[in-house]
Amino acid sequence: MILLSRVADCMYWFGRYIERAENTARMVDVNLQLLLDLERLDDHRITAHWDPLIRSAGDSELFDRLYGQADSENVTDFLTFNTDNPGSILSSIVNARENARVVRDKLSTEIWEEINRLYHYVRSLDAKRVWASDPYDFYREIKQSSHLLHGLADATVVRDEAWEFLQAGRLLERAIQTNVLVDIKYHILLPSTRDVGGAIDALQWMAILRSCSGFEAYHHIHGADVQPWHVADFLILSEDFPRSILFCLRELDGAIRTISGVSEGRFSNRAGKLAGRLLYELKYSTVDDIFEAGLHEYLTDLRSRTGEIARALYEAFMFFPVVDDVNPEVESQIQR
Amino acid sequence: MLFQNYKTEGFFDEMFSADGEVRPHYRQLYERFRQLSEAEFDHKRQAVDLSLWRQGVTFTVYGDDQGTERIFPFDLVPRIIPQTEWSYLEKGLEQRITALNLFLKDIYHDRKILKDGVIPESYVLSASHFRPEFSGINVPRDIYIHVCGTDLIRDDQGRYLVLEDNGRTPSGVSYVLENRIAMKRAFPNLFTRASVRPVATYPNELLKTLRYVAPGHGEQPVCAVLTPGIYNSAYFEHCFLAQQMGIEVVEGRDLMVRDRKVYMKTTKGFRQVHVLYRRVDDDFLDPTVFRKDSLLGVPGLIDAVRAGNVTLANSIGTGVADDKVMYYFVPRMIKYYLDEDPIIPNVPTYLASEKKDMAYIMDHLPELVVKAANESGGYGMLVGPKASRAEVEKFRGLVKANPRNFIAQPTISLSRHPTWCESGFEGRHIDFRPYILYGEKVSIIPGGLTRVALRKGSLVVNSSQGGGSKDTWVLYEDE
Repeated sequence: MILLSRVADCMYWFGRYIERAENTARMVDVNLQLLLDLERLDDHRITAHWDPLIRSAGDSELFDRLYGQADSENVTDFLTFNTDNPGSILSSIVNARENARVVRDKLSTEIWEEINRLYHYVRSLDAKRVWASDPYDFYREIKQSSHLLHGLADATVVRDEAWEFLQAGRLLERAIQTNVLVDIKYHILLPSTRDVGGAIDALQWMAILRSCSGFEAYHHIHGADVQPWHVADFLILSEDFPRSILFCLRELDGAIRTISGVSEGRFSNRAGKLAGRLLYELKYSTVDDIFEAGLHEYLTDLRSRTGEIARALYEAFMFFPVVDDVNPEVESQIQR
Repeated sequence: MLFQNYKTEGFFDEMFSADGEVRPHYRQLYERFRQLSEAEFDHKRQAVDLSLWRQGVTFTVYGDDQGTERIFPFDLVPRIIPQTEWSYLEKGLEQRITALNLFLKDIYHDRKILKDGVIPESYVLSASHFRPEFSGINVPRDIYIHVCGTDLIRDDQGRYLVLEDNGRTPSGVSYVLENRIAMKRAFPNLFTRASVRPVATYPNELLKTLRYVAPGHGEQPVCAVLTPGIYNSAYFEHCFLAQQMGIEVVEGRDLMVRDRKVYMKTTKGFRQVHVLYRRVDDDFLDPTVFRKDSLLGVPGLIDAVRAGNVTLANSIGTGVADDKVMYYFVPRMIKYYLDEDPIIPNVPTYLASEKKDMAYIMDHLPELVVKAANESGGYGMLVGPKASRAEVEKFRGLVKANPRNFIAQPTISLSRHPTWCESGFEGRHIDFRPYILYGEKVSIIPGGLTRVALRKGSLVVNSSQGGGSKDTWVLYEDE
């Protein structure tokens, strides 16, 4: 089977945008819940609370220009419905649908109908009403639809090269998004430094776990005690939890190897080299290495290297340099 | 119940004869629909609309920056064609496409029909879709029009007439297939008794046609659908057909020409393409030959066609047969090439560029339909009896200024068909577009697109102007 580069590109981005919409929903949801645990909420505190999210899924200047005041309603609207914000949930869904439209002959009818349904739902007045009265329900709907789409893909899409590009897009995006989620904890201010390791600190880490659907899995592995290094270990280095960064990179490496036709531990292009190298670095790391480097610094570096894999993947398979290939002789003949 | 207040109002009605009797081939349907209450019918109608909406069978409303989408209205009362009538249409359409292909071969080679004075040479040479660049080039098996969507209408006597030949890139066939699926969902039990011929084989027939005209021999040819892209209103159809045929949908930017051969850019390098079912107009195919500003095209594509390394379906320059002035001459083509009389007649037509006809047009303008020779989609058209005085005078000026570009026809009272309207069933005007494939043999799917003018009294069936569509049933038998 052959696969057009443009089609590969669209499958890849379809996977990325769905995953992005889901993770933005997760992030907004967790921040809304965190708010409930905070006391003494003045405007300044609320702004500080939302700021890291605005920066991770949008851009602060744009937000200031469009809304000014960083209260919960403005921020969640910006991150959810604002189509001027390319990182909003609605923008991601619009983009996912546009990509799906291009490759709809590669997707099952069920997938196409679901992305359509989601698109029409998020744009409907009904969605706005649910969002305003029960944001938890609204964001759950987004997550559920993303799960349904991934499940449908899993159960209905042919396992050919196009599928591997879908997987690659989805896993790469998830590796980045889990990274951002853990990093948000770094930005969230504690009431004072003496709260580090205290009750509020633990509550915030629990919220992060919940936002990754990892609350139960964490307790299963690490017990009831929520410790920052255990959570970091779990979300970054777990071999078994499907949203951990290591897990995503392993699957990403697998997808790239299948596309390239090489066996484990080998590579035939730069994307495969970078993915394999980063995977093995994580495999041979412990949480001590992470905290020694500094959690935030470590995550920042990891993010930029994941982005480098995305660029290499694009160059290897989805991009053809423009060549001027009509030879002049032929051209003169045509214009005769 | 549903037909209680239905009136034919003096028009030719597809379902009821003038005295209100149900025509025999509609009897099954009538019996079934009689059992339905208005509420049941409306429920089915809404379910079908919702399903089309979910499937994204929608178009974007122009000039609406909210990106509002609508479904193409689909009417649940099918149009039914009995077997005898269908085989008459098949013969007529086969005759027509055969003559058109002979005509195209002739004017791009020896031009005998012009030399023999059957058609004035100037009409062909001045046709805006005539491609002199393409003269003398041979196309595989001498087929120019592989896919044709001829528009037919019926007049107040129920006579079929050819309204126009669409020999460029006719669209709409995906609705034929989708409408059937929707109908089967809405009325599953009806089909088992009604003996309706299936339409689902169309993609298969199309693929056979494409393979038949592949250049060279031996290896399995690689076919692809060439689309202008997702912003084209028929993009859904391009994907739909490609998927059903199991071939790729490509855009111009996916293709490149090297050594006069066409290649697709794939994740594993270049792969040669032999046949392009192109849904891109001539003008946009190749910026080195036609429009230089075309971003959709593939530089060098036409040269690859000349070299015989790739086949385009339909071929280049077929639009000359769509010219409404050329339409006037189709009966003469049939006589000239086949020595037969046309089986399905044309609508009587007046050419503004002929002195006598021009005088007639000027005297009778308010009664006539005037059409620009090279516009489609119902644009550039005057429906005299429905037009204001100012519009009539505007067209008088236009026709006088550029007679070559206009024809006129008497206003045909199109046949009507029961159609669901807000207050139950009412008669609405319809037309019919069957899809004809010309490959090893001529094959016409038993069915087609019946378009319906949903606005009361309107004669314009185009989807861009308030039209909808119906499923079209061709029966195995006559009732």
